[in-house]
Amino acid sequence: MAKLNGNWNYYQWADCGKGFGIHSFLLIVALTCLFPLFWMVRSSLMSMDTIFADTALIPARLHFANYVQAWVDGHFGIYFINSVIYTASVVSGIVFIASLAAYAFSRLRFPGRNFFFYVFVLAMMIPLPGSFVPLYVMMNKLGLVNTRFGYILCMINLGLSMSILLLKTFFDKMLPDLEDAARLDGCGRLGIWWYVALPLARPAIAVIVIFNALNVWNEYILAQLLLNDPSLMPLQRGIMLFQGVYSVNYPVLMAGLTISVIPILLVYLLMQKHIVKGLSSGAIVG
Amino acid sequence: MKAKIGAFPYSSGMEALRCYAFIIPAVVIFGIFYIYPFFEIFNLSLRDWNGIDLHKTYVGFDNFRELFHDRIWGQSLLNAGFITFIALTLQNMLALALALACDRDIRAKNFYRVVFFIPPILSEVVVGFIWRWILNAGSQNGEYYGLLNYALSKLGFQNLAHNWLSNPDSALICIALVHSWKGFGWGFLMLLAGLQTVDKQLYEAARVDGAGSWSAFKNITLPLMMPVIWVVMILTVLGSMQVFVLILSMVGQGLVYHTEVPVTRILSAMTGTNRFGYACAMGVTFGAILVGVSVAFRALAGKMKPA
Amino acid sequence: MKKIVIILLGVLIFCGCGKPREPLNTITLWHWMTDRDPALQELARRYAKQTGVKVQVELYAPSDTYTQRIIAAAQARVLPDIYGILDKKEIFASFIDNGFVADLSPYFKKDNGAWEKSFFAQALDVNRFPQGNIYKIPPGIYGVPIDVTNIQMLYNKNLLKKAGIARPPLTFDEFMADVAALHRVGVTGFVSGWGEMWMVDCFASNYAFNIMGEEKVMATFRGELAYTSGEWLKVLRVFQTMAAPGVLAEGIVTKTNKDAEQAFALERAAFAFNGYWCVNVYNQMNPKLAYGVMMPPVINSERPMKIWGGAGSSFVVNNHSPNKEQAVAFLKWLTAKEQQTFLSQATLNLPANRAALSDIPPVLADFAKVMDQTTHPTIWPYNEHPLVTEALDRGLQSIVIGEKTPQQVAQEVQAVKVRVMAKKK
Repeated sequence: MAKLNGNWNYYQWADCGKGFGIHSFLLIVALTCLFPLFWMVRSSLMSMDTIFADTALIPARLHFANYVQAWVDGHFGIYFINSVIYTASVVSGIVFIASLAAYAFSRLRFPGRNFFFYVFVLAMMIPLPGSFVPLYVMMNKLGLVNTRFGYILCMINLGLSMSILLLKTFFDKMLPDLEDAARLDGCGRLGIWWYVALPLARPAIAVIVIFNALNVWNEYILAQLLLNDPSLMPLQRGIMLFQGVYSVNYPVLMAGLTISVIPILLVYLLMQKHIVKGLSSGAIVG
Repeated sequence: MKAKIGAFPYSSGMEALRCYAFIIPAVVIFGIFYIYPFFEIFNLSLRDWNGIDLHKTYVGFDNFRELFHDRIWGQSLLNAGFITFIALTLQNMLALALALACDRDIRAKNFYRVVFFIPPILSEVVVGFIWRWILNAGSQNGEYYGLLNYALSKLGFQNLAHNWLSNPDSALICIALVHSWKGFGWGFLMLLAGLQTVDKQLYEAARVDGAGSWSAFKNITLPLMMPVIWVVMILTVLGSMQVFVLILSMVGQGLVYHTEVPVTRILSAMTGTNRFGYACAMGVTFGAILVGVSVAFRALAGKMKPA
Repeated sequence: MKKIVIILLGVLIFCGCGKPREPLNTITLWHWMTDRDPALQELARRYAKQTGVKVQVELYAPSDTYTQRIIAAAQARVLPDIYGILDKKEIFASFIDNGFVADLSPYFKKDNGAWEKSFFAQALDVNRFPQGNIYKIPPGIYGVPIDVTNIQMLYNKNLLKKAGIARPPLTFDEFMADVAALHRVGVTGFVSGWGEMWMVDCFASNYAFNIMGEEKVMATFRGELAYTSGEWLKVLRVFQTMAAPGVLAEGIVTKTNKDAEQAFALERAAFAFNGYWCVNVYNQMNPKLAYGVMMPPVINSERPMKIWGGAGSSFVVNNHSPNKEQAVAFLKWLTAKEQQTFLSQATLNLPANRAALSDIPPVLADFAKVMDQTTHPTIWPYNEHPLVTEALDRGLQSIVIGEKTPQQVAQEVQAVKVRVMAKKK
């Protein structure tokens, strides 16, 4: 509107100044965030001869061969597929199980409700060093060692508490009007959870999807504890092999790391749209 | 708490059972994979065990008694507390400021949304690697290798050039700042998600009433955002108190005891000095401390809620 | 909803059943050596071709992850046929004591000790429990070394020339004079990965052996000589002397070994303290680097320098394994000359088998020359309590950054020692 006028008044100038201030602040922070990614990609395109010597921002010769080497030597093909399977199943499992529980904790009344909820929240706070010993012994007894299923269950457990807490916080904020309406329409608990609660909690679900996807995607310690077969191992195991004590091939390592970052970046890009979509439901949430 | 109005009343046992069906999957998985190891760990914390022996000697609360007098453990808690303090203040304030900025209709907000989340996506190893290079203290004939010292010297602040990571005065501060830098994206994301659920009409109404942006923030945004802010704070506390991979990748096994945190103590007790029982006692104590801190926060958040 | 159900069902079908255990003429080997995995896989393939016995080589890395897995598997009693123990002698003893490790002496002694004689004595000593050992383990050899190692100092030939230094220093005083000369031409003197405790410990141990001799070091461990004694103060003062400006690379106490290797490879320091594996690392980082190997310069010239060395990596055989004989046969084959040569050439490691030493690169051969002057905590009759070692190593770091004096550190370490001794009683 200001532009139509031609003559800006004080407030408009102030607004513009404020906008400039905000943008330069945002830009500086954004640059510090972009730098490591840029540096990683840059290093991944150099060769062993130039990585320590070449100080130019953009290397003179780009070695895309590093990516091929990382993919082939790191056996990334199979690891990549495994990681996709683990991430997809753990995340969908967590969303399913955690949202059911969080909805119950937020909306349903039953004896021991608070007790169970606080057990979950407390568990999130108590780290269990050395729990790998009882965990392995138990998984072995259950016959779940070296199975995808066992690993997936363990990973679901890791993300459960935090997801329940976050989802419950969002369910608590929702006004009950819509649920009441749904109930009048003859919806049961499950129906309300599915048709009303879940769509409304979309921003929160997007957050826990990102959070858990990142967790699963970057996990390698449990994987190497519970799995034997290399064909069941996730991507991070391939990365760990590059980082072996004696290996110093930074360009290939960086290429491997770049490959491993791309999918998670994609998940984030897909999910953050849902965070924005929550906007449309603003009228009924508050 | 008003939300309970809309809740289902339970009248019979059958109704309660139907409610339980919602939490059963979570409880079962949790019981097997968390509660069981939890009791095992507690059991181990009462024993003297090197991690290998099939026989684990019962020693009562000896490990806890020793822990109580362990000065290094105390220092590690203080160090983690310092990192957490920086994260709670600096990191969360930054996250909130950025979330508020991106919640408005500004240009390129999608760009910012994506970019701010890059540090959390990168692995601690990469982050440590890059920051070690930036903070490198080495020099030859006055030319600094590290980016920060190099920049300082080129800008004429040679005397500010510093041994960032090997100086007890700056090592922990550097770690805390890098940790905050790596972590603010999470707070940003969750706060942004929370802001999306704040009804924009409320702002309109406030503007009509002549409220400035600060008072709108204080009277509308903050109260409505309190539950989310609480979650973000709790997660910040938990994440910062348990930081360790970043420390390992920035300063190796640490600068004397100046960069020691509880988790690095637990790890070194476990595989460094082979005192598994002691490590488990540390874990249990540490858990109790975290629970205490979280409960205190909860109480604080409850108090700050408008009546 | 439908989507989630389908995904979950898919997952269940996908991962429903575990794999059956391996058949009997397959032996399983767990290791942690990322750099040697391809070579080991290749050897396993060759072995299968020659004998029909399948060796399943499984790699778990990094080494902490591997250690966790071994610990967990021991408790679940599902250790593989062949594995390695990456820990102190005391823990090794614990493994034997609980029946997780087979005594291999009979196999070593067979045919007049032919297998035993093929190894460097130091490499076998790491796996040996002698008569009357303090862990009360029946005397015997419990592991098979696949390579040997030692940790020495390296010097950059060009940088030394630049400072007008004709030959690498032999004594510590010469070393300090050389470093001063290097400092004058703007070159940093010494770099090492002192952000890793064991490297600090190793350096200190070298000088402790040089200054007071093995017997007095052992007496300290037994609690008979105090850390506040003059000899130990001398050891601590080595670090104080080196903390002078220009001697140590900036930030040495938080450098990981990899960082330190990079600094030396990029000619940012004239001397380094590192293990033989650095040959491989420097080769990759800077193939043009001109460097040589030297013993750490002595302080007490009446006693030759003793450096850490011995077996680099060893394998043990699971005592409960049904394939014990086959596992030993494989290890015998693995440590024969041909396989050892292959391993050392493929991965630039020093072979444990003496006969395989002929065809290795010259710098690596220089490392191998001083195997007779090596010692290692795993072959000492006594070991320091890990809590005391930790206090000592951290104390050395604080001397280097000028936070504490040798006296203060000596008192603190001694206090920990007294506490530990009291607890033992």
